[in-house]
Amino acid sequence: MHNVLQLTYDGIVLGSILALGAIGVSMIFGILRFAHFAHGDLMTVGAYLAYTFVRWLHWPIWLAALPAIVLAALIAVALDQIFYRRLRRVAPVILLISSFATALMLRALVQIIWGPDNHVYEQGISIPIRAFGLIITPDSLKVLIGAAIMVTVVHLFLAHTKMGKSMRAMSDNMDLALISGVPVNRVIFWTWMFAGVLAAVAGILLGLNTRLIPTMGWDTLLPIFAAAILGGVGRPYGAILGGFIIGLAMNYSVLFLPSAYKLAVAFVIMIVVLIVRPQGILKGLSL
Amino acid sequence: MNLAGFYHYGLYFLTTAGVYGILALALNMQWGLTGLFNLGIAGFYAVGAYASALLTTPPAAEHWGGLGMPMPVGVAVAMLASGLLAFVIGAATIRLRSDYLAIATLGIAEIIRLVIKNEMWLTGGVRGIAGVQPPFHTDNQLVMLAVVVVCLIVLYWLVERARISPWGRVMRGIRENEDASMAAGKHVARFRLESFVVGSAFMGLGGALYAHFNGFISPEAFRPLYGTFIIWVMLIAGGSANNFGAMVGTIGVWFVWTMSQMLTDLLPGGLATQAGAVRIFLIGLLLQVILLARPSGLFPERPPPLIGRRERKKHR
Amino acid sequence: MSAQGETILDIRGVSGGYGGVDILHSVDLNLKQGELVVIVGPNGAGKSTLMKAAFGLVRVSKGQISLAGEDITNISPDRLVHKGMSYVPQEHNVFPTMTVQENLDMGAYIRTDDARPQMERIFELFPRLKERRKQPAGLMSGGERQMVAMGRALMVEPKVLMLDEPTAGLAPAFVQQVFEWIQRINEAGISILMVEQNAKQALRIAERGYVLATGENRYEDTGAALLANREVAEMFLGGR
Repeated sequence: MHNVLQLTYDGIVLGSILALGAIGVSMIFGILRFAHFAHGDLMTVGAYLAYTFVRWLHWPIWLAALPAIVLAALIAVALDQIFYRRLRRVAPVILLISSFATALMLRALVQIIWGPDNHVYEQGISIPIRAFGLIITPDSLKVLIGAAIMVTVVHLFLAHTKMGKSMRAMSDNMDLALISGVPVNRVIFWTWMFAGVLAAVAGILLGLNTRLIPTMGWDTLLPIFAAAILGGVGRPYGAILGGFIIGLAMNYSVLFLPSAYKLAVAFVIMIVVLIVRPQGILKGLSL
Repeated sequence: MNLAGFYHYGLYFLTTAGVYGILALALNMQWGLTGLFNLGIAGFYAVGAYASALLTTPPAAEHWGGLGMPMPVGVAVAMLASGLLAFVIGAATIRLRSDYLAIATLGIAEIIRLVIKNEMWLTGGVRGIAGVQPPFHTDNQLVMLAVVVVCLIVLYWLVERARISPWGRVMRGIRENEDASMAAGKHVARFRLESFVVGSAFMGLGGALYAHFNGFISPEAFRPLYGTFIIWVMLIAGGSANNFGAMVGTIGVWFVWTMSQMLTDLLPGGLATQAGAVRIFLIGLLLQVILLARPSGLFPERPPPLIGRRERKKHR
Repeated sequence: MSAQGETILDIRGVSGGYGGVDILHSVDLNLKQGELVVIVGPNGAGKSTLMKAAFGLVRVSKGQISLAGEDITNISPDRLVHKGMSYVPQEHNVFPTMTVQENLDMGAYIRTDDARPQMERIFELFPRLKERRKQPAGLMSGGERQMVAMGRALMVEPKVLMLDEPTAGLAPAFVQQVFEWIQRINEAGISILMVEQNAKQALRIAERGYVLATGENRYEDTGAALLANREVAEMFLGGR
């Protein structure tokens, strides 16, 4: 028998990971106007980079996260400079295909460098905490804390810094931002940094919540797209909302469906949103 | 490998290339003609394969169906099933912008694959379906190849006719300007739906042929990389919107793919998996290079002649 | 510093349009320091296109546009803002998910000095905006959004303000209010170039007007003279 409270908790944990991934995807959608299919694998790269610092330098995960985040942000900017920048004037589908190819390349690189087997950040069994009728693993607590910190940082950045506001402005109304004198190329640079940071954190939290495997990011990509679309593309706060809704829906679905279909639930929600209300809950970019 | 080995391998290569060619042409009908960005090829491909397999294999406890029907029936039903599925999906999604259509079709293909994997009573799940018979129940590879080639030729003829028809010309103009097509409304949506359905029906055909050729199908064959992405690479490399280019791209990419597979298979165990990853990395890189250097592929689109064939004959 | 009455915006022999097709054909127009000039004409006359060409949003194929003597033809919009030009598009003229306050902040984007005095002046002009400064602009009514749009453009204290159909889609009572505001802005010393569909009311507050049709100049005169001209009234002003 399923414990609804447990499902809710697990849904919130998953939801926070999806939310962080979705914010990045949503902003890239909003500012650069394409679906970034390499985002999941960027998450994977971030997770594995942190793993390297944990495994070889024996750093705690929160410390290992720092260089991983910086590197992932730089990789994101590099991807744009090398591949996407030249394709911006061509149709958005070409950018999509390019990002699909990038996804394959990143995934293959991860497998080449770190091998195809599973890894975990911490060996051994951790004792779960039993409280309020819930089973709470220490790792899931780390996820919640990490996500809470990240969301706070994101909010401060978007609401109170000039660059954050410029990003929101460009996502809202590209032409008007240009008319107001916003330096487009600089904003694009920071958008990729922003997306890279978020992807790395989402990846590390995903690795904490489950394990590290080369396909970890790709497997989470479609639910992340679902969350971004549900929340309204180009709306970072919508992406957070969408992430939690999808995370909860995926967990609650086991009450009615075999757990193998969790992913299908996310896809179905996404397809329904695309058909019925494509601008999402918070009314993002119109199609 | 001895001469006989080369011969058999060659036939195997050509037959798989033929199946991929059918998928590529079907995709070109959707993308090249009407600008539909279908990332769910694997879904229609899988539906066709499973439909034919379930209908033509003998009864079995592991899966549904097993009606022992002859292959032509299986193939026809496969095309019907894929076409019908495309109609249902298309009716709901055809007006979506390309990015969103891509995500939606990818999602649907993954849902289909999940259903195939999990509904063991229906499809045999991960165990797959074995014992799918080749055409005329003969072991002669040439027969299978012939069937595939005939289908390919028919499809090629169909797609070329569509391309130079007035309908094709209108669609090409609209494909260049997505915003105009959004504004143009019902007419365009209907044409796009038609090409989506017909294209998907032929993807189903490809799936059915694959099933009868391979003898065995399982969800593994329909993963996004092998069932969808590789066909897009073939199309883009050869030249999207150019059917001849699509064929060249198919053979070229399949050749590179299988040759590199043979080379990596020669490596010892663990290294082989890693080499597989290197292969995928290089394919991704190759695609990026093509997109950056020549987004229209090796063969650019040939615009249809300005006046129709009948009128050209008059003016000679 | 240009003296009173000197030409501040000069458009000469400009042809241009979208995607390589010329909509404008050799259009001449000028705006003098401190003036309020209106462009009127039937639909599809190219009025908005001309304004966009002046702001670098539409390609100019022939001719020249100068701002205070400096050639600005085909310069990108983000650089024009630095030169003291501001533009309010007809549609999509606010940042919908951002608050009124944030919209005004974006208006002051290129400023390196303290923009608060200017913001206070704008709140004086539009008191309703001060009340609703924390509200997202996308949720406001048409008239309120127009205030936000104009406020955003004014934050940079422009020398030239270009308005594209500022009263489009507004209730008639509000239209009058908008024209009053435009006059007040002009009286504060800002030169204004305005495209308007509400031609009669617009010409009443304008010093000079231009009538454009099919992408070409048709008439040019003082506001009063154009209003009195019967031909113009019948053919181009559509009795409004």
